Amino acid sequence: MTATVPELSIHSESVEAQEGRRTARSPQPHPRHESRPAGGGFLATLRPEVRPEQSPASRGGASPDRNDTLTQEQAMTDSKISVRDFDFFYGTAKVLHGISLEIPAQKVTALIGPSGCGKSTFIRSINRMNDIIPDARGVGTITIDGQNVYGDETDVVELRRRVGMVFQKSNPFPKSIYDNVAYGLRIGGMRNKRQLDEIIERSLTRAALWHEVKDRLHASAMALSGGQQQRLCIARALAVDPEILLMDEPASALDPIATSKIEELIYELKDNYTIVIVTHNMQQAARVSDRTAFFMLGKLIEYADTNAIFMTPKEKMTEDYVTGRFG
Amino acid sequence: MTANLRRRKLVSHIFEVLCGLAVVVALIPLAMILFYVIKEGAGSLNLDFFTHMPKPVGEAGGGMANAIVGTLILIGIAAAFAVPIGCLCGIHLAEYPGKFSSAVRFAADVLNGVPSIVIGIFAYGLVVLPVKRFSALAGGVALGMLMIPIVVRTTEELLLLVPGGLREGALALGATRSRSVFSVIVPAALPGILTGILVALARVAGETAPLLFTALNNAYWSTSLSQPIASLTVQVYTYANSPYDDWHRQAWAGAFLLVMMILTLSIAARLAVRRLERMNRS
Repeated sequence: MTATVPELSIHSESVEAQEGRRTARSPQPHPRHESRPAGGGFLATLRPEVRPEQSPASRGGASPDRNDTLTQEQAMTDSKISVRDFDFFYGTAKVLHGISLEIPAQKVTALIGPSGCGKSTFIRSINRMNDIIPDARGVGTITIDGQNVYGDETDVVELRRRVGMVFQKSNPFPKSIYDNVAYGLRIGGMRNKRQLDEIIERSLTRAALWHEVKDRLHASAMALSGGQQQRLCIARALAVDPEILLMDEPASALDPIATSKIEELIYELKDNYTIVIVTHNMQQAARVSDRTAFFMLGKLIEYADTNAIFMTPKEKMTEDYVTGRFG
Repeated sequence: MTANLRRRKLVSHIFEVLCGLAVVVALIPLAMILFYVIKEGAGSLNLDFFTHMPKPVGEAGGGMANAIVGTLILIGIAAAFAVPIGCLCGIHLAEYPGKFSSAVRFAADVLNGVPSIVIGIFAYGLVVLPVKRFSALAGGVALGMLMIPIVVRTTEELLLLVPGGLREGALALGATRSRSVFSVIVPAALPGILTGILVALARVAGETAPLLFTALNNAYWSTSLSQPIASLTVQVYTYANSPYDDWHRQAWAGAFLLVMMILTLSIAARLAVRRLERMNRS
């Protein structure tokens, strides 16, 4: 546990990432792989070697511009989603109690906690998926780029286009692979075949599925394996070019190989998207996220850099949970 | 084995046997109907039955071409207005539940239970009396009214079988409520809804009472919507009541055709629903 812990926290790329955001969407080498936790230490033992081609040595060279104190502050000002005193009710039952947190842009934020702690309810509040549940309501504010998600001026349909979501259970539509990815584009009014083809290829490529399905784009999506279906759902969400990607336990129904593919994907995607992921799996949170929020009984117990949560939690409850003493 | 345990096992066994017997008793009528209809009807069914008009009394042969076409026209009219109304109503119940949903559901169930002869009288008052003429249209309206509650309920039930994840998936991509319903949920349930409609059609195709004073009957070839029209069921009823052996044979053949039609559609419906349920689980 005391071995050297590689820096996993936010580093000084937020500004350039922000500037490069719109242009950097095309698949290209990801220099930020470097910042992946290096071998050795607690985190490495949790992480299966999904990238054997990257030896610890090649990852060792830290970027020269790294300056952690500066970026820490930037991260706080560079928040994409801002939550203030958010409560949530199912009928009269209060399931979220005064949640406040800032979710940074272009980072992966993990929500962990025992079953029933409200993390799914919280993530579904961000794109107002809870609206479809009768008698459910949120109180407080959630803003995205300063715009109140629950404000009167916010159109929920437009909001959900900007905030993509991937669900625990993969939910491909019973249509072809192509039509699944085209769905969001078509409801946006896109009819141009060439444009559709292009975006569909790009989305599937980004979701690391293109090579597996390029020869059967018009086959039913239901014939894909569970892991492929989940990546298809990610491609479908990416096709409409959202700013934020919410993932509600995206790998909990998948086998370890499919899980590691999804995790790699999350790692690649964070350069361009702000990702919020709910997970039951603490190793997964440690592997993929920059920031981690620990929920318990509807309250936010602790929210900090991921390695701080796992290595030096401030709260006793957090420590008990991440070390597996309960939950 | 103690006496107590022996007694409990005996009681258990007796109940098992009683339940089994009840199943046998319940199935006897079905088996006998099928047996008699096949035995009497299958022999009389031939190509002429489908292509020829009825022969006058005393002449052997002939068919029910006019009644077969008449039945198709009648259920066509019924479907033309019962399917859109019933499906949209079912979509409303399943996808836009509100304060009145349970009332609407109850009303549909009551309408489903109204004796078909009463529906026939209603259609008589609605369509036949104003124009003072029995017509295919009146028969179609009566059958359509019988169809609506069945279509409403099957549509609703099948839509509710569609996995909730599909609904959420479409909404999460920025689809409007209606868009998600019509582009994802209804297509997913479509095979089931279609067979539900077919079952409803089969059910009303077997109705006689509501046609007696709406479509009446017609011994001649007619495809006019404003004229009385022949139908398989009324023809079977008429022939079965007649004293002629030839006509009895024709009635059996008609009954056989009806039963086969309904059986086929029911089996198809079961298969479609099973497919949907499998999708729901996976």
